[in-house]
Amino acid sequence: MSAIANVAGLEFRIAFRNRWIVTAISIMTLLSLILVFAGSAASGTTSAGPLTVAASSLATLCVYLVPLLALLLSYDAIGGEVDRGTLPLVMTCPVRRWQIIAGKFVAQAIVVVIAVGIGIGSAVVAIAVGGGDISTGLGDIFRLQWTAVLLGLVFLAVGNLISVTARQPAAAASLAVGVWIVVVVMVDVALLGAVVADDGGVFTKTVFPWLLAFSPTDAFRLFNLLAIEAQMESNLAVAPLTLGLPAFAPIATLIGWLVVLLAATVAVFRRIEP
Amino acid sequence: MSDVVTLAGVSRSYGDILALSDIDLTVSGGQRLALLGHNGAGKTTLLKLVLGLIRPDRGRLTVLGGAPDDAGVRPQVAYLPENVAFHKALSVREQLDFFIRLKKGNRGEGPAILERVGLANAARRRIATLSKGMRQRLGLAQILIGQPKLVILDEPTSGLDPVSRELFYEIIAELAGNGAAIIQSSHALTEVEARSDRIVILREGHIVADGRMAELRARSRIPIRIRVHVPQDTADDLAARMDAKRINGAVVELTCAAEDKVRRLADVTALGAVVEDIDVVPPSLEDIYRFYSRPDEGRGEPS
Repeated sequence: MSAIANVAGLEFRIAFRNRWIVTAISIMTLLSLILVFAGSAASGTTSAGPLTVAASSLATLCVYLVPLLALLLSYDAIGGEVDRGTLPLVMTCPVRRWQIIAGKFVAQAIVVVIAVGIGIGSAVVAIAVGGGDISTGLGDIFRLQWTAVLLGLVFLAVGNLISVTARQPAAAASLAVGVWIVVVVMVDVALLGAVVADDGGVFTKTVFPWLLAFSPTDAFRLFNLLAIEAQMESNLAVAPLTLGLPAFAPIATLIGWLVVLLAATVAVFRRIEP
Repeated sequence: MSDVVTLAGVSRSYGDILALSDIDLTVSGGQRLALLGHNGAGKTTLLKLVLGLIRPDRGRLTVLGGAPDDAGVRPQVAYLPENVAFHKALSVREQLDFFIRLKKGNRGEGPAILERVGLANAARRRIATLSKGMRQRLGLAQILIGQPKLVILDEPTSGLDPVSRELFYEIIAELAGNGAAIIQSSHALTEVEARSDRIVILREGHIVADGRMAELRARSRIPIRIRVHVPQDTADDLAARMDAKRINGAVVELTCAAEDKVRRLADVTALGAVVEDIDVVPPSLEDIYRFYSRPDEGRGEPS
């Protein structure tokens, strides 16, 4: 345990010194605030409070931004150290390979928690300062925060897997960008295309909900929007697509991805010969 | 002293390339072993095996009585990689403390270690601002953590300035004096010659020479050179009389086997006043290294 804490402490310190933490918080906060102010006009009249409306639009922001931040934080974690020559010495110390991964992951996770916490939290503060009613909808914001952190952890695990797999830092960087484009952007477009083409057929009714839940970003969006939709009484066109899907499925997906990806990262890292 | 490292029939390949073949080697506490060989001879593979970074394909390897990556063994093993690198954003003290905690050392020893390697005044400085020599001293500092029983050094002095190099060998001698086994791979032959108790030469994954300097010298049967300084322009005449080689107008060189040295010296002194000076040049480590690195030389030699 102390070895993990030691590695995590060092990683966090380096992330802090390299301005990673400030950068992550700034980006999350800035975009949250822009969305809250830009979105307040469009909210119109719904029965839901401003926080619930904000949670709904912030969920879409998080789908794109949180995976990107997480990948940037992690894609270079192991490969970069191998490349710079800082890792072999650590690997000869009495610390297990999985402890090195765990320590780095914990430090990255803390950065994600801080960035998501402050980023989304700043939206609440902004709404309160602007005279908005924050007596309802705090639960939606909190749900958004913890699920966004979970989404971030999944993509941290993706980034760590990339960092132990790619041979060169440049290859890791392009792989990270590629994963983001494919998993975050393209999968959505492809699923949408398939649903349109299927036009309410068997695919849309049976396979599609499960594919949606299988994709980590869609699972995140689904979980949040379904909960919010119930209160907003405005049809976001999500519910009809998820018929028959258990409520816990999206969260199970995220946790499943996290476990599998971390296990794969450790398995690959164990075989690396520095 | 007890055996610190034991390799018995250890082999290791990378794909089709046999990096080490059937290596038998035992290193005792207090011994300073210099590991020599061309690039690709298997030195680094041997060090990585002993460090537990890679595993042998065949054979038995024990370090301090256990497996090299054993949790009880690792804290007693210190390692200085070639071109050691640290995190630039950290301070000297932070980086050292990280290693002290990892090796379960006593955090109180940090200042004394930095003092020992001459970095006491740089403890709070960021590693990014250190000179190359200072960074290498930090590398040296981390091998002093705890009381290592085995110290592995991979071409440690390449790029060290002369003062740091002296400090380095001083510290290594100290560690060996305290009973640690030292394994140092090096290309700096003249440097390790006087600072090792034992020389091991690897060629193409085999140990082709293993012993003390004097033993290797005797076994190689490389002739000793005797240089005789004579008055200007008498060298030709003398070279002909002594069956020797003329180096220049005033120096003649004789070669002889080690056991003939005294007899040949007697011949030279019998020449009387014409001899101005005599240099006896035994084969250097470079000569020995060249000899054993020749193809088909020394392979299978009993160690």
